[in-house]
Amino acid sequence: MTPPLSLDPAHTRILDVDPLIDDPKTRIVVCCGSGGVGKTTTAAALGLRAAERGRKVVVLTIDPARRLAQSMGIDSLDNTPRRVKGIETVEGADGGELHAMMLDMKRTFDEIVEAHADGQRAEAILGNPFYQSLSAGFAGTQEYMAMEKLGQLRARDEWDLIVVDTPPSRSALDFLDAPKRLGSFLDGKLIRILMAPAKVGGRAGMKFLNVGMSMMTGALGKLLGGQLLRDVQTFVAAMDTMFGGFRTRADATYKLLQAPGTAFLVVAAPERDALREAAYFVERLAAEDMPLAGLVLNRVHGSGAAQLSAERALAAAENLDERGIVDQEAGNVELRTPEEAALTDDTTTTATTPQATATAATTTPAAPPAPAATDQLTAALLRLHAERMQLLAREQRTRDRFAALHPEVAVTEVGALPGDVHDLAGLRTIGDRLAAGSNPAGAV
Amino acid sequence: MSRLQVVSGKGGTGKTTVAAALALALATEGKRTLLVEVEGRQGIAQLFETEALPYEERKIAVAPGGGEVFALAIDPELALLDYLQMFYKLGGAGRALKKLGAIDFATTVAPGLRDVLLTGKACEAVRRKTKQNKYTYDYVVMDAPPTGRITRFLNVNDEVAGLAKIGPIHNQAQAVMRVLKSPETAVHLVTLLEEMPVQETSDGIAELQAANLPVGRVIVNMVRPAILDETELALAQGGASRTAIAKSLSSAGLGGARKGGNAERLVTPLLDQAAEYAERHDLEHGQRAVLAESGLPLHELPLLAEGMDLAGLYRLATELRKQGI
Ligand SMILES: Nc1ncnc2c1ncn2[C@@H]1O[C@H](COP(=O)(O)OP(=O)(O)OP(=O)(O)O)[C@@H](O)[C@H]1O
Ligand SMILES: Nc1ncnc2c1ncn2[C@@H]1O[C@H](COP(=O)(O)OP(=O)(O)O)[C@@H](O)[C@H]1O
Ligand SMILES: [Mg+2]
Ligand SMILES: [Mg+2]
Repeated sequence: MTPPLSLDPAHTRILDVDPLIDDPKTRIVVCCGSGGVGKTTTAAALGLRAAERGRKVVVLTIDPARRLAQSMGIDSLDNTPRRVKGIETVEGADGGELHAMMLDMKRTFDEIVEAHADGQRAEAILGNPFYQSLSAGFAGTQEYMAMEKLGQLRARDEWDLIVVDTPPSRSALDFLDAPKRLGSFLDGKLIRILMAPAKVGGRAGMKFLNVGMSMMTGALGKLLGGQLLRDVQTFVAAMDTMFGGFRTRADATYKLLQAPGTAFLVVAAPERDALREAAYFVERLAAEDMPLAGLVLNRVHGSGAAQLSAERALAAAENLDERGIVDQEAGNVELRTPEEAALTDDTTTTATTPQATATAATTTPAAPPAPAATDQLTAALLRLHAERMQLLAREQRTRDRFAALHPEVAVTEVGALPGDVHDLAGLRTIGDRLAAGSNPAGAV
Repeated sequence: MSRLQVVSGKGGTGKTTVAAALALALATEGKRTLLVEVEGRQGIAQLFETEALPYEERKIAVAPGGGEVFALAIDPELALLDYLQMFYKLGGAGRALKKLGAIDFATTVAPGLRDVLLTGKACEAVRRKTKQNKYTYDYVVMDAPPTGRITRFLNVNDEVAGLAKIGPIHNQAQAVMRVLKSPETAVHLVTLLEEMPVQETSDGIAELQAANLPVGRVIVNMVRPAILDETELALAQGGASRTAIAKSLSSAGLGGARKGGNAERLVTPLLDQAAEYAERHDLEHGQRAVLAESGLPLHELPLLAEGMDLAGLYRLATELRKQGI
């Protein structure tokens, strides 16, 4: 049953994103991966592309780069989707809309409280220092709230496609695990004991817990001056009606992720750590029956001159360097270092003496004379190329390793842009590259 | 040089790597440093290619000149148990609490409590002395949480104030704050020359300073080598003739310079690569200027193209020494 091991990149399956985002049955696309690899960028680019191809899309971004958020008009943090202006509909694909929002995790948490508790009770919860610390800082709150928001957006049913970004956690798995952790924590036995020790005390097996309970109350009370514990108890009491709700909601959203209309895209950079994370995630998705659409390999490098190897480029550069030194010696500039000579040559590219270039010509009779400054530039271009080719080779090795491990995963490659992606035009470019599939040569 | 060196920065910029290199750099010439980890990720063990670190100080490396680097992965649960033991001689009750999940509960439910335990342990190591009344460690280097959380993490007093107004935790928080806000501490920020990390660094500096926490240095990591100098950049961006470049390539043995020849066909892609390089160069230049505005000392560490390993770590440490750390 295992697909054949393949080290040949040509055998890698190609991920075609257009059919995925065009398919009306696709309702949710989740972009995940480890931090900084381009999840937010990919999510926004896919959302834009889908909208321009005629779908009514909402993109839920988490922690986007400031300029990107500004350019999409979603930097105001009001925790609701905003219509993005400036989309350019593809011919014959009318009706598309792009809405986007940036998750505000504290606001989302507050909203859950407000929706589930009456005025006074809600106020008591929101003002509780324990709640404040939990809603702003609990590891996993952001993941839980992202799931929560996704559930809310889906329930509104106003969009035909929801593209979700995931929190910038170190591990892609956190997105799947953290909500359950928080959910079961808020829902858990301990918190119930805290809430009402008497309720569980009757059952025989719970005796121990009661002993533990009083011990804990005592110790923690002493340690924290008793006050934290009281805050927790007040909080728990105030939240009473909501418990169970957390777990149920987390479970419901989790199910949503397993539903047929959901597709996962794992984003990774062609680097060892990022691809290792991606591999973990791929395995986990399979274990959870969550549908993986494929891997987006982001910030891949290419070269238009891939036929020239790093070694040959470096050898040629050295060849030019050596001749440059010969030139300078011949050119009566013995008081200048080569660097200084280069600097003055800058303003007079063509002023090199004919004698000097003639010297160069004699060493390589095959070619016509070239001025020393040009040789120096050419040598630098060749060194730059060699560096690029070495980078390509490293990226290729990490990619091949992933492909050998997971030949079943479809891949699309997105070339690295020289600068950041911070406007719709940049997102469109990324979208085009996403849709171009696996095409390293075209990647720049 | 402050004795507690805290290393923060945007996720993935190289906090763990730089903290380790710094610990090595500070250990040269017979000094002894302690490298502490607070996020339970075993990043140090991975970097030094050793098995997972226990909650126990262990020697993990020797530095040039006979120095030693110790490492400690602080576990908040164990730190709390230690603490309870120290103050209340809890013994078995502590274990029972752990079994119940109470310790887990207490340390996760109140991030401020967890943080005060972590920073408290680091500060204890900073102040610890030997029988000869000398400091046990010359320096303690902390691989700290990322920029987005560092101020809250270090500002334990404020965090805990809302939760524990009296009691030993409260006192502990105050003792920790005295160390953290003193010149004994320096918080360094690691960044890349890219928009998001630089932005985060600027925000982080402002936040730390507003909280009166001592900001130390900015360490720019993974700096790509300069391959084209200003002259060459200017030439590549218009000064040079394409024919001349083709001829130059051809003269270096890369084929024909005539249109369609092997050398000639290299000109466009090579110039494209140079244009990309120029764009990145400009961007990096702009980001450097933003960082310079902070007025903090800037250091740069090279991108090790072959990837990180122990040898690379020593190289980064040497580089830090060279730059006066
Ligand atoms: N100067 C460098 N040259 C090459 N690679 C580097 C350099 N510094 C760090 N790296 C690599 O970059 C990656 C991230 O580094 P590291 O784990 O130190 O970052 P971090 O900030 O601690 O990350 P996290 O936020 O996940 O804790 C690692 O793979 C590391 O080996
Ligand atoms: N293909 C690309 N080319 C150039 N820059 C990119 C590319 N993809 C992402 N970036 C940049 O990398 C940075 C991190 O991207 P982001 O999408 O915010 O990552 P994540 O959400 O995974 O943390 C941003 O500044 C973004 O503009
Ligand atoms: Mg992001
Ligand atoms: Mg780290």
